[in-house]
Amino acid sequence: MEYILHILILIGIYTILSVSLNLLVGYTGILSIAHAAFYGVGAYVAALMALKLQTPFLLNLFLAIIASGIFGALVGIPSLRLRDDYFVIATFAFQIITFSILNNLVDFTGGPLGLPGIPQPNIFGFEITTHIEFLILVLILAGITFWISNRIVKSPFGRLLKAIREDEVFVRASGRNVSSAKIKVFVIGASLASIAGVIYATYITYIDPTSFTIMESIFIISIVIIGGSANLKGSIVGAAVLIALPELLRFIGLPNSIAANIRQILYGALLVIFMLWRPQGFLGEYKFNK
Amino acid sequence: MLKIENLNKSFDGVKALNDFSCVVHENEIVGLIGPNGAGKSTLFNVITGFIESDRGKIEFNGNVITKYPSHKIIKLGISRTFQDLRLIKQMPVLDNILLCFNHQQNEQIQNIIFRPKSISKVEQDNKQKALDLLRYAGIEDKANDLAGTLSYGQQKLLSIICCLAADSKLLLLDEPIAGINPEMRDKILTIISELPLKGKSVILIEHDMDFIMRICNRLIFMDTGTKVSEGIPEEVRNDPKVIEAYLE
Repeated sequence: MEYILHILILIGIYTILSVSLNLLVGYTGILSIAHAAFYGVGAYVAALMALKLQTPFLLNLFLAIIASGIFGALVGIPSLRLRDDYFVIATFAFQIITFSILNNLVDFTGGPLGLPGIPQPNIFGFEITTHIEFLILVLILAGITFWISNRIVKSPFGRLLKAIREDEVFVRASGRNVSSAKIKVFVIGASLASIAGVIYATYITYIDPTSFTIMESIFIISIVIIGGSANLKGSIVGAAVLIALPELLRFIGLPNSIAANIRQILYGALLVIFMLWRPQGFLGEYKFNK
Repeated sequence: MLKIENLNKSFDGVKALNDFSCVVHENEIVGLIGPNGAGKSTLFNVITGFIESDRGKIEFNGNVITKYPSHKIIKLGISRTFQDLRLIKQMPVLDNILLCFNHQQNEQIQNIIFRPKSISKVEQDNKQKALDLLRYAGIEDKANDLAGTLSYGQQKLLSIICCLAADSKLLLLDEPIAGINPEMRDKILTIISELPLKGKSVILIEHDMDFIMRICNRLIFMDTGTKVSEGIPEEVRNDPKVIEAYLE
């Protein structure tokens, strides 16, 4: 039972990540491969606050969102001026830099040893310790993330984002500030991703830099593409499929060492298959390979 | 209302605009003619801030807009269409028009999260205005179709409606009737000729001389980035320099 709850919690965390990335990749058409970096910023800010200053969970969550948003602006403002591929490379650079800092600032982040013993959340005196309590917390935060994202994409601002994805020149000619809209959505995406980091850090109670690498970013992108670009429900489906599918490998009796490698192959194969035959993913409206 | 002084722009040494100057007054339709590569579309791009000029000055209603970014210029009241027809083809016709309205407070994130009611009110008003515009243009039955499914002529018409939605004082229309059927042509001609009555001015790039002669108050003929001839349509058409340039 705990095992199933654990899987559901992970699906919740990855739903937050993929829904927030879908705002960028699916709706606005800006491919960021730095999403794991913002996930990491959230996790490390919350963990360090809790460990060093013993501040309460909700304050840590709030500060993580703000910090990630500020990083989002710092990365987005210069790099969103670049076009398509160059933007991807700029986010790649940020991803690498973030990992290096987390890995090398040993005194502060613990370096490769990570940060053990992160306190579990305590919300107004209510301790969250069991799996079921964490699942409820994840569902609430994932729900809020989904609600905010959904409201944005259904709004006139969401229409503007989709228009930017389809034809920036038209949007410029209609008197809109394209870069400002892109920066706004990038900051929102980064802030929301940090929520997942905060939950992850307090749930596992241990973080190290390897959880926030470029592979993690690519995994989140796979969820978005396979679930469906520009469809938020698709991101939930994608997270559920990509988290649950490798778990099934355990039940066909593969030893763990092989299952881990097969997982990577499975993700890669799925991504290729979807790009070739179903670029809009399970539920998406936007064809990613266009 | 629009004053252009000694505008220069070159691309890798080729002068697309060479000391170009002109003035556009209130409520007039100015035709901009000239051979391909004369710099007509470049002029539109420079006025609307899509391309930065090398030298010169553009003044619009008292604002020097030469160095403004395009979204600022367009908010001041200049709209444009493109020669290569730009619309969001994957979106409904109505959404294309809604994207062009100038009231953008309903795209502010704080309003989206905290004041959804005020947004839906603005949105409803805009939708009504958009439908009125479509009715005026006679394609209200297409409101919910994807813009890409319209015929080429209807798409050209829609791009002009988008300019009307922005409620700009000055419209820059780049070949609004090239390649469309006579019926649609007359419809567009009517719409454009009514613009001065609504207090708007137009600069029109077009190769169809018959259309130009019927609609324009004034013509500017340009070649290799400079103004060769300017005046009332009859004068310009019979100017020996213009005839020579076209015959070359």
